[in-house]
Amino acid sequence: MNTTKKWNEFILTWLIKISGYSAIIFVAMIFYFLLREGLPTIGEASISNLFSRRWYPIEDYFGLLPLIGGSLIVTIGAALFAVPIGLCTAIFISEVSPRWARDLLKPLVEVLGGIPSVVLGFLGILILAPYLRRLLELPTGLTALTGSILLGGIAIPTIVSVAEDALDSVPRSYRDAALALGATEWQTIWRVTLPAARNGVLTAIMLGVGRAIGETMTVMMVTGNAAVLPIKINSIFFPVRTMTATIAAEMGEVAKNSTHYHVLFFIGLLLFIISLGINIAASTAMFQQRKRAERILS
Amino acid sequence: MKNLAYIVIALLLLFLTGCNNGTAPSTGITNPPQISTIVNKGSDTLVNLALAWAEKYHQLYPNVEISVTGGGSGTGIAALINNTVDIANASRQIKSEEIQQAENNGVNPFEFIVAKDAIAIIVNPNNPVDQLTIKQLSDIYSGKINNWKEVGGEDRVIVRLSRETNSGTHVFFLENVVRMGNPDDNTLFSTDTLLLPSSEGITSETRDNPNVIGYDGLGYVTPDVKVIAIAGDASGTFILPSAETVNQGQYPIARDLYMYTNNQPTEAIADYITWILSPDAQTTVTQLGFVPIK
Repeated sequence: MNTTKKWNEFILTWLIKISGYSAIIFVAMIFYFLLREGLPTIGEASISNLFSRRWYPIEDYFGLLPLIGGSLIVTIGAALFAVPIGLCTAIFISEVSPRWARDLLKPLVEVLGGIPSVVLGFLGILILAPYLRRLLELPTGLTALTGSILLGGIAIPTIVSVAEDALDSVPRSYRDAALALGATEWQTIWRVTLPAARNGVLTAIMLGVGRAIGETMTVMMVTGNAAVLPIKINSIFFPVRTMTATIAAEMGEVAKNSTHYHVLFFIGLLLFIISLGINIAASTAMFQQRKRAERILS
Repeated sequence: MKNLAYIVIALLLLFLTGCNNGTAPSTGITNPPQISTIVNKGSDTLVNLALAWAEKYHQLYPNVEISVTGGGSGTGIAALINNTVDIANASRQIKSEEIQQAENNGVNPFEFIVAKDAIAIIVNPNNPVDQLTIKQLSDIYSGKINNWKEVGGEDRVIVRLSRETNSGTHVFFLENVVRMGNPDDNTLFSTDTLLLPSSEGITSETRDNPNVIGYDGLGYVTPDVKVIAIAGDASGTFILPSAETVNQGQYPIARDLYMYTNNQPTEAIADYITWILSPDAQTTVTQLGFVPIK
């Protein structure tokens, strides 16, 4: 009996260990694969080609700047929508709303997070893009702005649920102390609770942004995919082409081991590095928060 | 121990019935083509037509299963090169480097022209422009003409729509319209051309937006967009795309649609292609808005 128990424990421990380490191994393998398929780009396409302004791969124009610019402008736009709305929603759910509204809102936000992005893209094409075109009198509704709004919608649930958790974990005594000192409810939220949850909120924003930059289907459907370098002040009102949409649109047709194939993996590598950077920044912020909490307890 | 025996018996039974299912239908076939599965892949332009043919053929000969998928001409030809399909559909002719790759893989592409297609130029129904020359189209798509009033329309910005670069329609349009059929011409699409991943994307934007010019296969044009008459040169007559004008060679933006097999096909595949070229199958071509051969 005793030996069986020991064996069970041994197997379970190992299973858990293997699953834990496998995550690391998979990330390492993906990174290796991207490096192997993407790095030949540097030998095959000249640096001046990669930094040119023209992306037209079937004629060997591999200018990455319009794609990077497209991803950046759509992501920044999405952050401008998602961060204020997401944070306000999180504050409302955690600090202001009555119990019943909170019980209703939390699951609703999670449902919003579960909507497939292709569905959002479809709504974007049929409703949002025509509406924005008439409202702002644009040449076309398939613009970076349309993509930003929809991506904002995708990032909001992530921001809300992580930020709400962070606000929730601020000790009750903080709020009580602030209120006892005569602060209004708004002053308590703005000057005490939010700063105390600052790192968690920062994590929420970065995870939301990471979610937005990696999103593919929606942007491919609504941003028009024109590879224009978005450097003008009004670029957000014109079509752009993102890195993710480029990979998704072109990978299916590309001949294996051609320069185009390697460049697409190189773009994938850039995306991987960007989202890795965002995640590292987010977990550093998380780690700092834990240390802070430990300091308070001691 | 008893349990184990049951499991073994159950597995054996499962295995045996599995074998039965696999072998039983292969006897007693009466229809001419013996039981077979034909894998057919490629051009998105051709996919609806290929599906309609496959369905009709399956009704005629229930023993033949034909699986049809799209993905683009290049995808289909790549699959043929890798010998993973029986028939590759393409809306362009196979390139010499693709033939080279195929031969390196021991595949010998064999060509059939199965239908004809015309590219229709479409605009919003509220756009007053009715006709354009190929030269004007080229200037519009390469970014030299940017306002509808330069081609006799309203004072509106022109928004150019195109299929994605992986589409056979895109390449055909680039070579025959943007570059006007001149192989030494290096003109490219204007960078602000919107590349839409699907025909549906082009149609829905054209239906909604009066600034737009788009192109797509004649088979995909819906009644809620306006088709433009095209002239090969400024002195030529303006022709609307239709079955007659394409077959008589009058409409300037038309092309052949191809199916490729590995070597000259035999057995089931040969029967299928022979049927596709028959008048019976070619009526389906007309029904889907393409142009039948001959």
